[in-house]
Amino acid sequence: MIRFLMLGLLRDRSRSLFPLLTVAAGVAITVFMFCFMSGIKGDAIRDSAAFQTGHVRITTAAYHQLEHQLPVDLALLETSELLSQLRATEPELSWTPRIRFGCLLDVPDASGETRSQGPALGMAVDLRTDRAEIERLHLEQALTSGILPVLPDEILLSQQMATQLELQLGDTVTLIGGTVYGSTSMVNLRLCGTLRFGITAIDRGGFLVDLATARSFLDLEGGATEILGYFRSDFYDMNQADLLATDFNNRFQDEQEEFAPLMLPLHRQSSLGELLELWGYFSTILIAIFVFVMSIVLWNSGLMGSLRRYGEIGIRLAFGENKHHLYRTLLYESVLIGLTGSLIGGAIGLTLGAWLQYQGLDYGFAFKNTSMIMSSVIRAQVSPAAFFIGFVPGLLSPLLGTLISGLAVYRRQTAQLFKELEV
Amino acid sequence: MIRITGVCVGLLIAWSVGVAQTQLPATIVQPSGEQLLELIDANMVAATQQSTFSLNIQTRRGSRTIRARSWAEGSENSFTEFLDPPRERGVKMLKLGTQLWTYHPGTDRVIRIAGHLLRQSVMGSDLSYEDLLDNQELLQYYEAAVTGIDTVLERSCWVLDLVTREGEETAYHTRRIWVDRERLLPLREERFGSSGRLLKQTGITEVMQLTDRWYPRRMYFRDMLKEGAGTEILFETIEFDCEIPSHLFTTGALRR
Repeated sequence: MIRFLMLGLLRDRSRSLFPLLTVAAGVAITVFMFCFMSGIKGDAIRDSAAFQTGHVRITTAAYHQLEHQLPVDLALLETSELLSQLRATEPELSWTPRIRFGCLLDVPDASGETRSQGPALGMAVDLRTDRAEIERLHLEQALTSGILPVLPDEILLSQQMATQLELQLGDTVTLIGGTVYGSTSMVNLRLCGTLRFGITAIDRGGFLVDLATARSFLDLEGGATEILGYFRSDFYDMNQADLLATDFNNRFQDEQEEFAPLMLPLHRQSSLGELLELWGYFSTILIAIFVFVMSIVLWNSGLMGSLRRYGEIGIRLAFGENKHHLYRTLLYESVLIGLTGSLIGGAIGLTLGAWLQYQGLDYGFAFKNTSMIMSSVIRAQVSPAAFFIGFVPGLLSPLLGTLISGLAVYRRQTAQLFKELEV
Repeated sequence: MIRITGVCVGLLIAWSVGVAQTQLPATIVQPSGEQLLELIDANMVAATQQSTFSLNIQTRRGSRTIRARSWAEGSENSFTEFLDPPRERGVKMLKLGTQLWTYHPGTDRVIRIAGHLLRQSVMGSDLSYEDLLDNQELLQYYEAAVTGIDTVLERSCWVLDLVTREGEETAYHTRRIWVDRERLLPLREERFGSSGRLLKQTGITEVMQLTDRWYPRRMYFRDMLKEGAGTEILFETIEFDCEIPSHLFTTGALRR
């Protein structure tokens, strides 16, 4: 019967073309939007994890409360013992200490007087012994000039800031900041390279130094503002991260003091949880709206089809075809149209998604003043789910449309058929 | 010039000092605000001063002590060199009028403290650089009035209220100072923001008699917006009207 219906649809294109185009267009939009949103969500998770939150992050409870102020004085003072313990008990994660701090970057002239100065946001990572950090932050790809720091007195500066301060490779800059005890601290560093991460918040005024350099500058020997943990699979497992954090925090619960270490999973930091949840809702709402709108469109299309096929349906009923059977065949037809439309629309949506995944779209101009850790190059992500997501609205909407419009079959009175058909 | 000693914190780092003993004329039962400010000023300011002092800083994570030596010329110019702990040794600060420079031997750079740096803490204490520069002519910026008598540390004190004059901009909108009626020392001071929130609290907890005047020996300074028990300042040695080489009050002296 399916072959019969398919032949009917192919031979009478006016019956199938409009619904097919509608479904294909709708599915293409749905699939593309799904890829687009998955891309934004994936980028946000990846960038946040790499630059700020890790998959899990340990700070002191006091630091966590005021972290927007980057309070170095509330940092973890001794991290080596905690790191050894974490590496032994949680080997499925890779653990690394980092320091984030704010300071002034002062550029001297030939006589040592201040030539230019500006506030800067520093990140210190273990560049000299932890190759994984270089790869995680894509530092080699982000280098726009020079090399990564090799010596302790070297600094990498964002390209934008280096240009603003009129710095050349090899120039000396002075960092002016506060130590963990609040004293003013200064250190001279040599610019060894410039970076561009494509993340506006960092590219605007960020710099990167080796962990040891920052520890010496901040008088934080052995300490760090945070310890980040990354699943070795590189896949963020929300449930496992939650379990890990609960277990860790329970272990340190006895130390009810403000400097006790506190572990937070990625989705409980920086409002990321709310953002991820919002994305989930948004995807569902998008698909629901699409199904609803398409159903109405296809209902209308079905109604129009019914009108146009008024005679055909009447003749079929007059020949003694059962109303239920007739209704079922209409539903089968809609499934065939939905399936074909979903395949065509899905292919179009996936092609567009794949194009945006590889090409990317730079929208940094819209984030000039933002401080969010978010890539300014937008990319879609073609995930396995994207191959299936289009079938939900693609099949449901014509089916729903036909379910409603097809009810007209039951309103036809056999006794009046000949009158209606003007035979 | 009229300076208030609430500012005696600035003074401690050796920025102001007193030499000539001043007493309230017997005829004045209750001085006006302006008169009281002048009397405090006369008691606390010296031509030159050399002192060694320590700052005991109580933070959320514990305490630490910093020692320094300072030379001052009136309340306008001063030169301070930090002696301890080892990390801070050799750090120097120079104040010339309303300008402040700092020198860190590790960088061999002389940096002028300006802009937001002025709000930074001095060596992690409750004092900001801005507090150190607080030797402004208070009567120019504030309306002063003696509003009563109170007792602080079992001493009878005038209560002196300062309110920012209309059109003037100050770091603290109002100040209340408890001035020892006999020794003319500001035994306590509270500084408030425009919302009425208490921002800083200072006071003298121990005094010493030097020749014919009373002078603070131990003081405290507390930033009420910071957690911690505040900063205690202890004068170890102090010498007035000593000879200070004039080259000390130049930026060149910072590198020597």
